[in-house]
Amino acid sequence: MLRDITLGQYYPSQSVIHRLDPRVKLTATLLFIVSMFLFHTFVGYIIAGICLATVIIISKVPFKFMMKGLKTIWFLLIFTMFFNIFLTSGTPVFQWRFITVTKEGLTTAAFMGLRLFFLIIGSSLMTLTTTPNQLTSGMETGLRWMKKIHVPVHEISMMMSIALRFIPILMEETDRIMKAQQARGADFEEGKFMDRIKALVPVFVPLFVSAFRRANELAMAMEARCYHGDEGRTSMKPLRYARRDGIAYLLLLLYIVVIVATDRVVLGLL
Amino acid sequence: MLYLDKVNYIYQKGTAMEMPALHDVSIEIRDGEFIGIIGHTGSGKSTLIQHLNGLVRPTGGNIYYNGRDIWDEDFSRKELRTKVGLVFQYPEYQLFETTVEKDVEFGPSNMKLPKLEVQLRAFEALKTVGIGEDLYDVSPFDLSGGQKRRVAIAGVLAMKPEVIVLDEPTAGLDPCGRDEILEAIDHIREERKITVVLVSHSMEDVARFVDRLIVMDHGCVRFDGPTKEVFQNYEELEKIGLAAPQVTYLTAALIKRGIPLPGIATTVEEAREMLKAVTGVK
Amino acid sequence: MIKASKLAYEYIRRDEEGNVEGIVRAIDGIDLDIKKGDFVAILGHNGSGKSTVAKEINAILEPTEGVLFVNGFDTSKEENIWNIRQSAGMVFQNPDNQLVASVVEEDVAFGPENLGVPTDDIIKRVAFALEKVGMTAYRTSSPNHLSGGQKQRIAIAGILAMKPKCIVLDEPTAMLDPNGRKEVIATIHELNKKEGITILLITHYMDEVVDCDKVIVMDNGKIVMHGTPREIFSRPEEVKKHKLDLPQATELAYELRKDGLDLPEGVLSVNEFVDAFVSEYGKK
Repeated sequence: MLRDITLGQYYPSQSVIHRLDPRVKLTATLLFIVSMFLFHTFVGYIIAGICLATVIIISKVPFKFMMKGLKTIWFLLIFTMFFNIFLTSGTPVFQWRFITVTKEGLTTAAFMGLRLFFLIIGSSLMTLTTTPNQLTSGMETGLRWMKKIHVPVHEISMMMSIALRFIPILMEETDRIMKAQQARGADFEEGKFMDRIKALVPVFVPLFVSAFRRANELAMAMEARCYHGDEGRTSMKPLRYARRDGIAYLLLLLYIVVIVATDRVVLGLL
Repeated sequence: MLYLDKVNYIYQKGTAMEMPALHDVSIEIRDGEFIGIIGHTGSGKSTLIQHLNGLVRPTGGNIYYNGRDIWDEDFSRKELRTKVGLVFQYPEYQLFETTVEKDVEFGPSNMKLPKLEVQLRAFEALKTVGIGEDLYDVSPFDLSGGQKRRVAIAGVLAMKPEVIVLDEPTAGLDPCGRDEILEAIDHIREERKITVVLVSHSMEDVARFVDRLIVMDHGCVRFDGPTKEVFQNYEELEKIGLAAPQVTYLTAALIKRGIPLPGIATTVEEAREMLKAVTGVK
Repeated sequence: MIKASKLAYEYIRRDEEGNVEGIVRAIDGIDLDIKKGDFVAILGHNGSGKSTVAKEINAILEPTEGVLFVNGFDTSKEENIWNIRQSAGMVFQNPDNQLVASVVEEDVAFGPENLGVPTDDIIKRVAFALEKVGMTAYRTSSPNHLSGGQKQRIAIAGILAMKPKCIVLDEPTAMLDPNGRKEVIATIHELNKKEGITILLITHYMDEVVDCDKVIVMDNGKIVMHGTPREIFSRPEEVKKHKLDLPQATELAYELRKDGLDLPEGVLSVNEFVDAFVSEYGKK
């Protein structure tokens, strides 16, 4: 049923990674992505790979779930690698008619592929171990400083959490309206492209009407429960750093230092 | 005319979230019957009625319409939907046109009928449900709850179905709106002589109107028979989270206390006659 | 607790071009006096003005005429808004459209969070509120997986966590099935009896008002009947005139009285009917 759809792709488990403060995980993901661009040798990839694999093992999320995230970008991955292999100039290793494969091409392709692979795995690891709710509150608390530059952080995160609650409801409603119009002879499967677009009018009009009605009622219900923005608002589950979060930050720092340092050393050696 | 043969339905079959919704449901719906379907939320009654017009495909069993399997390759389910009209719960949420008339015309115009015929059918349907001509050009969104719902029913009726299935048509309405709807359904029966299937939570309404009652529980048919006979089992109905009309309990309690009634009553009118007879008042 | 005198609310109805079509007087000079701990039902068909009264009490609407005091606060004063909403919480009809969070306990916490209650206290209040409505077991569920009756109980818990003196429920059972209705009505009766919370139940189901302390019937923006359930049910003709229904036991007793049977006025329940009938017509 449509109500069972969960946004993101949280994988429930009780690992340390799951229990980390969402702010730590957000920062870590961000830094991991940045780190991808900090090294230039294969040693960097090895270190990053080992670290990533360790975190995955600790998180207890089966690797097959990780791979799900890759499905959608498989094509992009092959596409980038393909272009890098054939279009990079340098020392040829293989030549057939006009096709030339160079040593540089192969290395860049391998590196590019790995980089993309790490990026996807790294960010899915965050969504797999953090519930959308935690993510929202992590963003709200973690980005609070942005309020100083007039970014409505609280409002954005409130919108996100309301969306999390109402998207499944609206999905189900869409399903119901579609069925109701089908019962009146509407046809969503046949006809030309334009006909199909037109056939959606009887679905979208009631859907919008209903969404507005819901928004209106929700706004009233929120006001009736004394909602008035984040001024003077407290929280039942305020984010508090635990010792493990401090350790995680330290490890993160260590990771960056090691990556940059070894990269320099290896570059010097070459 | 509609025959369900051991229909089974499992939600999300083959996934981890498999959930049985219907189990070996066999029902025959005959011409001109007035059938009520009751069952608590989640008993499978909404799923059941979506099978009747081919909106949902059973995961097991067959459904026949006038002797033909509705899931045969060459059977047009689009046409079936015009023969078996289905009015969803809260049908006012399907209204989308700018005027009442245009909205009711949506069904028949999907049937590719001539313009005049479409209009005629819309007029007739609106008349049957008691929507006056003064409202034809009004936006459906400006109507009262009861009116909106009658327009939505007219939208299905305008396809001239042979069976009309209504899923809790009175849900959420006040007594006034509820009576409007029930009156409209009565009109449909009277004028069109078509089969009506009424899914309802209100035992009082069911007892007052329908001839045959089907009770659903956990995806199975628990009872299927004449309304009064089914309500005889009020104690079992209670066990599956349903109830009988208040007068049924009332007459049953009177019998227990030694008042010699001929049996239980299901409507106020019936109880009144019984009690008048037993006390000897004319 | 709630005191109104000559309360009226008018709004201007406009056509599509925004021209004034007329003025609608949704509430037309009503007086209310609801005492602390009362369980009061307001009955009326749609458009009788009963929901407008609820919105007035919650200071969602401002009175056009007259005065309304909730827990001693004047609802026409802007600065009282949050005090009023905290002391008279409101539960709405549609169970889906009043829950904010996608986890039950976070939704219950929404009100206290808005009030700025300290974290430790919120946790206590949420636990207390969920226990009172019997939903503790669903603390970490998503509201999307609950039944209508359960969702309404969560909505009630959300109000309860704000420690209100009064709860106004605007047709809380209209969209529920019979079991959901029973759950919700039982819950509010319990809160009224055990926690002493004043309840104002707005409904159009007659059978829900049988156990109330006081019933108010509204029609056309005015209070047309008021009294105990028995007083109201003793005037079945009037009730019907205001487009309301009678429970079957009441209706049957009324019809039989007309037929000349010796039954008391204002029969409220099956048991009352049976007792009265047996004592009059049973074997002596």
